[in-house]
Amino acid sequence: MLPKWYKKWNADNPTNIFGPAIAVGIAGSAVFFAAMVINWGNPAQTSSLQTGPAGTGMSRTEFNVALAKPDPSIEEYYFDEPYVPEGGEELAKDLYQNVQVLGDLTDDNFNRVMLAMTQWVAPDEGCAYCHGDVDIEDYGSDDLYTKVVSRRMIEMTQNINENWDGHVNANKEVGVTCYTCHRGEAVPSNIWFKVSPVNAATAGWSANQNRATSISQSTSLPSDALEKYLLEEETIAVHSLESREEGVPGQDDYASIQDTERTYALMNYFANSLGVNCVFCHNSRAFYDGAQVTPQWGTASLGILMVQELNNEYLVPLKDTYPAERLGPIYADAPKAACKTCHKGYQQPMQGLNVIGNYPELASSEAPEYE
Amino acid sequence: MFNTYQNIFNQVQVQGVPEWGMDDDGTLMEERIGKPFFSKFMGLFGNAQIGPINAEMYGVISCISFMIWFNIVGFSMLVQVDWSVPELIRQLLWLALEPPGPEYGLSFPPLNDGGAFIIAGMFFLTGCVTWWLRTYKLAQQHKMGKHVAWAFAALLFLILVLGLIRPILMGSWSEAVPYGIFPHLDWTTAFSIRYGNLYYNPFHCLSILFLYGSVLLFAMHGGTILAVTRYGGDRELEQIYDRGTATERAALFWRWTMGFNATMEGIHRWAWWFAVLTPITGGIGILLTGTVVDNWFIWAQEHNFAPMYDGSYGYEDYGSYEVFIGKED
Repeated sequence: MLPKWYKKWNADNPTNIFGPAIAVGIAGSAVFFAAMVINWGNPAQTSSLQTGPAGTGMSRTEFNVALAKPDPSIEEYYFDEPYVPEGGEELAKDLYQNVQVLGDLTDDNFNRVMLAMTQWVAPDEGCAYCHGDVDIEDYGSDDLYTKVVSRRMIEMTQNINENWDGHVNANKEVGVTCYTCHRGEAVPSNIWFKVSPVNAATAGWSANQNRATSISQSTSLPSDALEKYLLEEETIAVHSLESREEGVPGQDDYASIQDTERTYALMNYFANSLGVNCVFCHNSRAFYDGAQVTPQWGTASLGILMVQELNNEYLVPLKDTYPAERLGPIYADAPKAACKTCHKGYQQPMQGLNVIGNYPELASSEAPEYE
Repeated sequence: MFNTYQNIFNQVQVQGVPEWGMDDDGTLMEERIGKPFFSKFMGLFGNAQIGPINAEMYGVISCISFMIWFNIVGFSMLVQVDWSVPELIRQLLWLALEPPGPEYGLSFPPLNDGGAFIIAGMFFLTGCVTWWLRTYKLAQQHKMGKHVAWAFAALLFLILVLGLIRPILMGSWSEAVPYGIFPHLDWTTAFSIRYGNLYYNPFHCLSILFLYGSVLLFAMHGGTILAVTRYGGDRELEQIYDRGTATERAALFWRWTMGFNATMEGIHRWAWWFAVLTPITGGIGILLTGTVVDNWFIWAQEHNFAPMYDGSYGYEDYGSYEVFIGKED
């Protein structure tokens, strides 16, 4: 197989290559492993958070090197203290034109919240991103879609803090502000659009799966889980709640394998969004059993209802307000939210940073109460 | 050449005139096709002689059926990526030929919504059944026992349960397993999740027992025979009817190690039954799922073998999130 000259040269020049080869190999391996350990940390070191009774294997494990890095958004979060009104100040709704939300704020606090929102959503573009490049007297104008959307988003934020307290303040006061989703970007990361069917050559169930999409989280599971469950509010549960249940798959609430795969796609999205695994909420031996779930299952269930409301009441109706480039690439649908839009891979957004504490203006649709 | 007989990989290869096999009645050669040749490489793994092959009718039908199945699946995948071969390679693990959706029940669906799957499945099952007939017929011709055929029949049972019997009993072709790499794994997970955790299905338990048991027996038997080949232990058949020092040593090794030893003949019955019972028990477990039991965890609770664990649910009782993420000590 090898050419003759090669064999001949080797025969004529006998050289012990094993000594140097082993030395180079050992030295090279040592450098490689040292570089790995320095870059990735000692892979043996992990920490775990037990989530259920001993013996069930319910635990969440992370590498210590990953845990040592706090969410960089915490550091970048812009905030300032509110000005507690002394009473008698003029309110924004009297001072400015066309103030439909946040009208009950004093002038100082109104401008403080406006400044914070600029930092959270459009730090580079500044006020002009929503108000346009006009004189301050013309800031009341609703010419730009960004301003109209912002107003609705402020209402949405107030609604989340006020009515979905059980989700966003489940463990302690955390709340949400614009920054929870936006993180300094005008268009938040991890929003989603409809993508299914993802396969033009097939129809039905075959057409909504077996593609690595952002919604299937690069798995071969169905790519329509978010739209079916978090928009159309279809039933997520698939289990029979008795050991025997008559039924034909897909008929009369007898869930099919395909329904199960779609539920699995949603659950996988959930887990990736929060950086957790199944046993953070479920005892995986009996996924359906309400007696074997953690309190986080309740928090997450509220989250599902919350996201359904946010999509249907706030985000989808804004479709006609957006310009074409803000709409979905396939169906020109409005951008929608789901777990990852806020959580960004963390169990609690920004690792449980209390973002609402300094912004009572966004905590309620009523006039703010300062303490 | 060697001071001891070494034999983990290096069987001595003997090459000469290829062996064509017997031709008792002068007509048997008609079915043997392919000019036999020797491959040194293949000789490292088994017999160095490749071919001839017996092209009897069942084998031919089986090969054609499998080829048609393979092509329907392959071209279905290719058409899903707009006939792009690079995309086919890139997405191969994700792509599948899926069974019809549940809305079609047992009726024949459109070709692009499971119809092609039904046709492909028909050819796949035809291929499997005729291959089984081939193993039976060839064993018959060789005047052998039908052990290989019955062992393959155990697998055939599992295949038929998955692709034919259970979907019919469930009233829907949508329950069948898709032809695709990741998608068939999705099916497996979804099947377990949908029916309340297959680990509580006792036949699934048995199937795992026999599967792991087969692996263990295979390693024990292979290891034992290789270890005594230096005394002629690899001539197992001779050792069965004329026990020599190889058998004595192998038997003593296990009896002194664990107090019991199989026999030179009986170890093959152990292996055969463990292998055969793996798909049989697995097939029974699948056959009962959705037809007799719809939630195996609840079934296991009703039959008192799913223990409950004492303790709290939720991390709050075991630690704090703030400590876990290093915000507090």
